[in-house]
Amino acid sequence: MSLSDDLYRDIILEHHKNPHHYGTLEPADVSVEGVNPLCGDECHITLKLDDGRIADIKANPRGCAISRASTSMMTDAVIGKSLEEAHATVQKFKHMMLGPGTADELPEEMEDIEALEGVKVLPARIKCAVLSWDTLLEGMREVEQKKD
Amino acid sequence: MNVYHLLNDFPILQREINGKRIVYLDSAATSQKPRQVIQALVDYYEGYNANVHRAVYKIGEEATQAYEGVRQKVADFIGAKDTGSIIFTRNATEAINLVAYSWGRENVGEGDEIVLTPMEHHSNLVPWQLLAAERGATLKFIEMNADGTLDLGGLDSTITERTKLVSVTHMSNVLGTINPIRQIADAAHAVGAVMVTDAAQSAPHLALDVEALGADFVAFSSHKMLGPTGVGVLYGRRDLLEAMPPFIGGGDMIKQVWLDRAKWNDLPWKFEAGTPNIADVIGFGAALDYLNGIGMEVVRRHEIEITEYALRKLREVEGLTMYGPANVENRGGLVSFNIEDVHPHDLATLLDRDNVCVRAGHHCCHPLMRMMEVSATARASFYLYNTPEDVDALAESILRAREVFARVAV
Repeated sequence: MSLSDDLYRDIILEHHKNPHHYGTLEPADVSVEGVNPLCGDECHITLKLDDGRIADIKANPRGCAISRASTSMMTDAVIGKSLEEAHATVQKFKHMMLGPGTADELPEEMEDIEALEGVKVLPARIKCAVLSWDTLLEGMREVEQKKD
Repeated sequence: MNVYHLLNDFPILQREINGKRIVYLDSAATSQKPRQVIQALVDYYEGYNANVHRAVYKIGEEATQAYEGVRQKVADFIGAKDTGSIIFTRNATEAINLVAYSWGRENVGEGDEIVLTPMEHHSNLVPWQLLAAERGATLKFIEMNADGTLDLGGLDSTITERTKLVSVTHMSNVLGTINPIRQIADAAHAVGAVMVTDAAQSAPHLALDVEALGADFVAFSSHKMLGPTGVGVLYGRRDLLEAMPPFIGGGDMIKQVWLDRAKWNDLPWKFEAGTPNIADVIGFGAALDYLNGIGMEVVRRHEIEITEYALRKLREVEGLTMYGPANVENRGGLVSFNIEDVHPHDLATLLDRDNVCVRAGHHCCHPLMRMMEVSATARASFYLYNTPEDVDALAESILRAREVFARVAV
């Protein structure tokens, strides 16, 4: 095992140790909790919406470096986006992690996220990377349902 | 004990991944299997595969004899006087569920109390939650000390006239704590309650004597004690089993059947409906032979030594927190721990680079994790095939993992 690790790249460790948009928005327009029952990891996401856009986001992940880094990158990737755009971003990420997609297909603003591609070879850890993204989807779904 | 000569019996321990041997430290999840066990499965399938309890032909007789022979081996292994008390199930979880459904639904009612501990595996918690919810009973929990042992000071106020059943793990799969089942069983019996113990972690690692233990029901699993998956054991006191209704209905568990009713078979078959897991029970028999060949006292002694060595070695690692009792005589062969600033899942992934297999997570013990104020721990668990070199490999790998994480400053 070399110190420059394929999986635990610097960019992942940086996001893990200094997560972006860390914490909880109070008050928030959306507050949603995600749990990975396999490992007990938890992720609390709060959103502020403004005219259908994610005006602000904070996340409070409780878990491993992969899950914390992925959460931090997710907040960077969706802040300022419309719910529709955010939805598309989540789908691109999931296509890379769970489907045949590769990091090359990600748009430029999702550059950091390429580092998570290394998780794909570890099936047991993919859920760690996807938890916060699924939690965001869940939160956005709640917004949609309230509209209906 | 010098265990090095045993390693050759375990084919998987000869396997190399990326040119390095496997350091298997997850026997509390499932144990590895010696070739004698694997061979017993092959012998059955190649030599006398037939259903049990009904064939009149030669190989059917052989299969029945082998299957029932294992029941006798299990009885001898745990000091049970009577093979009627030995019921084969799918696993320890099913064994506990058998008691919860069959005994529980007959004997637990509104306002009754079931006493457990916070260190139970979900398998010895959720079945009782289901029973309590259905019958309007209440769950109560024996308190724990900070060192991971049970606080038995208040036992008299926890186990009361309302208590119908007490179920306590013999050995914690997270802390390693060995609980004083006899003392708790005496308290349970004093108020007329029934005592259950989950021996899934203890039966593989120490000499079990159900008479001395004092429990009325004891559950454990083959796969954690060198045997195949898919076989569990429920030991039950004969008079209790006699009075209980069946758990699952079907073939083999009946004596006579009419269109509208049936007459149950004798013990233990009353509780074994359908074709049992013949091959794996036979494999389990080979596992018991293997353990008996070494001697459970010897196994226990070896694990105390290796645990002592692991505790000493891991104490030297800066920023490492260990959980569970400090005295190795009171704990099983496992160590749960956390490393400062490295989540156990990340640690387990990094250890895997060195083929060091440890478990990371909540170990099916959500309530205990909450009490310990951690979301997860890493756990290294030992068995008779583990060596001091395995512990060294663990410690070295932990240090390397920490270096990976120290690379980037906060």
